[in-house]
Amino acid sequence: MKYTPQDFKSSQEVKWCPGCGDYAILASVQRAMPDICEALNYTKERFVFVSGIGCSSRFPYYMNTYGFHGIHGRASAIATGVKVANPTLTVWQITGDGDALAIGGNHFIHAIRRNIDINIILFNNQIYGLTKGQYSPTSRLGIVTKTSPYGTVEHPFNPGALILGARGTFFARSIDVEIKLTQDIMVACAKHDGTAVTEVLVNCVIFNDKTHAEITDKDYRADRTIVLKHGEPMIFGKDRDKGLMLDGMKLKVVKLGENGITEKDLMVHDAEEENPGMHSMLIDMKYPEFPVALGVIRAVKDKTYDDNVRDQVIDVREHAQIHNMDELLRSGATWEVK
Amino acid sequence: MDKFDKTFHMQHKVIDTKEVVVRFTGDSGDGMQLTGTLFADASALFGNDISTFPDFPAEIRAPQGTVSGVSGFQVNIGSGEICTPGDFCDVLVAMNPAALRANAQWTKPTASIILDSDTFDEKGIIKAGFKTMDPVAELNIQDRTIIFAAISSLTKESLKDSGLDAKTILRSKNMFTLGMCYYMFNRPMEFTFKYLETKFRKKPELIEPNKKVLKDGYNYASNIQAIPNTYTIQPAKLEKGIYRNINGNQATAWGLLAASEKSGRPLFCGSYPITPATSILEELALRKDLNAKTLQCEDEIAGICTSIGAAYAGNFAVTTTSGPGLSLKCEALGLAMITELPLVIVDVQRGGPSTGIPTKTEQTDLNQALYGRNGECPIAVIASHSPSHCFDAAFYAGKFAMEHMMPVILLTEGFLGNGSEPWKIPSMKDYPAIEPPIITEPQETPFWPYKRDELRMARRWAFPGTLGLEHRIGGLEKNNNGSVSSDPLVHERMCAERAEKVARMANFIPDQTVIGEEKGDVLVVGWGGTFGHLYTAVKELHAEGKKVSLAHFDYIFPLPKNTADIFANFKKIIVCELNSGQFADYLKARHQQFTYHQCNKVQGQPFIVKEIVDAVNAIL
Repeated sequence: MKYTPQDFKSSQEVKWCPGCGDYAILASVQRAMPDICEALNYTKERFVFVSGIGCSSRFPYYMNTYGFHGIHGRASAIATGVKVANPTLTVWQITGDGDALAIGGNHFIHAIRRNIDINIILFNNQIYGLTKGQYSPTSRLGIVTKTSPYGTVEHPFNPGALILGARGTFFARSIDVEIKLTQDIMVACAKHDGTAVTEVLVNCVIFNDKTHAEITDKDYRADRTIVLKHGEPMIFGKDRDKGLMLDGMKLKVVKLGENGITEKDLMVHDAEEENPGMHSMLIDMKYPEFPVALGVIRAVKDKTYDDNVRDQVIDVREHAQIHNMDELLRSGATWEVK
Repeated sequence: MDKFDKTFHMQHKVIDTKEVVVRFTGDSGDGMQLTGTLFADASALFGNDISTFPDFPAEIRAPQGTVSGVSGFQVNIGSGEICTPGDFCDVLVAMNPAALRANAQWTKPTASIILDSDTFDEKGIIKAGFKTMDPVAELNIQDRTIIFAAISSLTKESLKDSGLDAKTILRSKNMFTLGMCYYMFNRPMEFTFKYLETKFRKKPELIEPNKKVLKDGYNYASNIQAIPNTYTIQPAKLEKGIYRNINGNQATAWGLLAASEKSGRPLFCGSYPITPATSILEELALRKDLNAKTLQCEDEIAGICTSIGAAYAGNFAVTTTSGPGLSLKCEALGLAMITELPLVIVDVQRGGPSTGIPTKTEQTDLNQALYGRNGECPIAVIASHSPSHCFDAAFYAGKFAMEHMMPVILLTEGFLGNGSEPWKIPSMKDYPAIEPPIITEPQETPFWPYKRDELRMARRWAFPGTLGLEHRIGGLEKNNNGSVSSDPLVHERMCAERAEKVARMANFIPDQTVIGEEKGDVLVVGWGGTFGHLYTAVKELHAEGKKVSLAHFDYIFPLPKNTADIFANFKKIIVCELNSGQFADYLKARHQQFTYHQCNKVQGQPFIVKEIVDAVNAIL
């Protein structure tokens, strides 16, 4: 059976604010679903979307799949339970910067550490939207919000760095309006075995408008971002004339043709390199010194938690002395009263 | 220290008794929990009825020789029915002065006290906080039979040719003590030999030395003539069958596994280690052979949330904890309740508030279990009344959770979780089927997640992965068709439907029974782990000709439907519990027509039978 994006749209009315970046992500995911089903031979009833609390967490209601709208911060834990209970399901977690990185930070890093085979889409709008505009753990230093009337005095998280710190096996980054890029990343997520996190830079049109604009604006997006592709040289720019080179222990931006630099001198992206050193440098790149890295930055192979559980269960059951409750009840030291 | 080495030569007596209480005490590193457990197991295998009570400090190795580091294990063994670990002991073993100081108060005036004289030097006596060099006189226990035995040096002597290092040798002094007790109580040693062979399978060099110390302790006790009494306790006249010893936490784990087997739903336990509940998780982690999955989570909240996810995906999900952990799970309890998913939450209660006295027992989480959530959020509460009853309580918690599609809180207590008793092994064929309302194909399109059956008001359980039953549930209020709704009347109706579902559980639980006459002067009312003490107290009062009966509740919320009928048959009601009156307050709210007297204790310790007897006599 071949699916269309329409098959994944629920009858619930979408209630995000007009102009919200979340609409674009919903469209990307719904477009990715038929591709995923085709690539991995999945059927629609195997999809479960789990979320926490926040604007983005309404997402499961808009998908015509199984869905669970949880409580604030706990989506990773709920998704973990779903996946471990039934590893044949394909589990997607929808979360935001407050949900995943503030109240749910603990569950988030531990899901990644365990490498549970779930796909996490982190909607990063750098603000608390549903509570009407307070700063979040990703808000930039100094931002004025309702709870920081004189500007914040705390440093933001870089989600990708957090994921590397937890030895994550997959990290990708996209922009809400890059529908095709997000769609392709979703397929890569689904194909990845282990916790796959995608950070999507989202615009909150009401409380944090244009927070990502200096890199996402159509006029200069191509010059201020780089879409990384595994096995391809790191080229970017509207005219595809800029690239990244290694200068000692650091990255540097170079112009092709200048000082005799050609494509051959540029770094080639290796998403599958286990050592997180280069991935860390790519994740840390900030405008204006660097282009912001998009695409699949890291995708390394490792055993997943659910695989390990399955293998252990098979192994234990193969050598088991106890096969049912009656045998368990009678095991060990017993005596008979006659 | 000459005077401590003197022995009392007396006429040796063999006492044939029905019941003996032995209390093993020492430093928390002295191995007293193991000594007590082995003694209890040997007695159970011999055929006695037993009840045990481990009582240990929160610290793993508190400062050596101090009162705060004293660990104890009390066991009551008898030829008749044994319902409590006993109030006061007939034999106290104290491995150092601190243990004597902490436990002398728990000895009967006729008790024998075995002391390791090697530890009663000046340093040890001062460290234990005694003011004089004569602890026995200072504690005013000269009338007890004091048996000073040089346990440490005798153990060293026993193993001097073993080739073991001095530290390892000294660590087996608990086996010497155990050997002495085996002589005193005519216990067979074979069971313990077998235990040592298994325990030291990977360190075979320790098997023979431990056996030797055990035997040397036995022989020493029979030779010194310092032990005035030895005891024979005939096997108890227990019902025919195969028996085993079981503690409450193991029984809880097994009851949950039994519910998994009967329902055909694989067990999932998301949990976080917490005293005194941890051994349930440990026991379940062993049972991959029975298809149980355990996930040791990053915190208590993840414990319940992974379980909620697993329940949504179709597993029989449980989470295990103690008081502070239940506090952390509160918000997620509401989620399980509003999503109407089956879930068993086990709370092995301990002394609170906050960290409180974590290794001690209490019944102080009842209010939290009944009320500790935001919004209108009634959740069924079941309690267990003895270590082995934890099996049935956990099984039925699972049955009600799955068949009624709702979370159920199971309250046990540290006293039950760690305490053990002989248990006639049941057969699974004697347990009822568990039939959750699982739906496997569409009955309507689209699927209505909150459509209910008329009998139980339970919704249907649709597992992700089932074609045509795709649905979304969550913490937001919904209509029966699953659509999000903040309509005032929808909310009120859904709250009422969920409450009615819990209330209807009363149609499926057994009537409350009364132990003793159905009418009388005083009805003793209790719940949970105080059963043994209340039962023993009521039996004593009854034997004195007093018209006192016992109603002990396993089903707390909802209450059995005949509760008021029972209460009406007694002139007075006294509610006895290990808190300041939480069940009494609850009964006052539910059945206001009665007056409730109270007997409460909040010391982190079980009742003493006499406390109950006195409290009842005071209102008779």
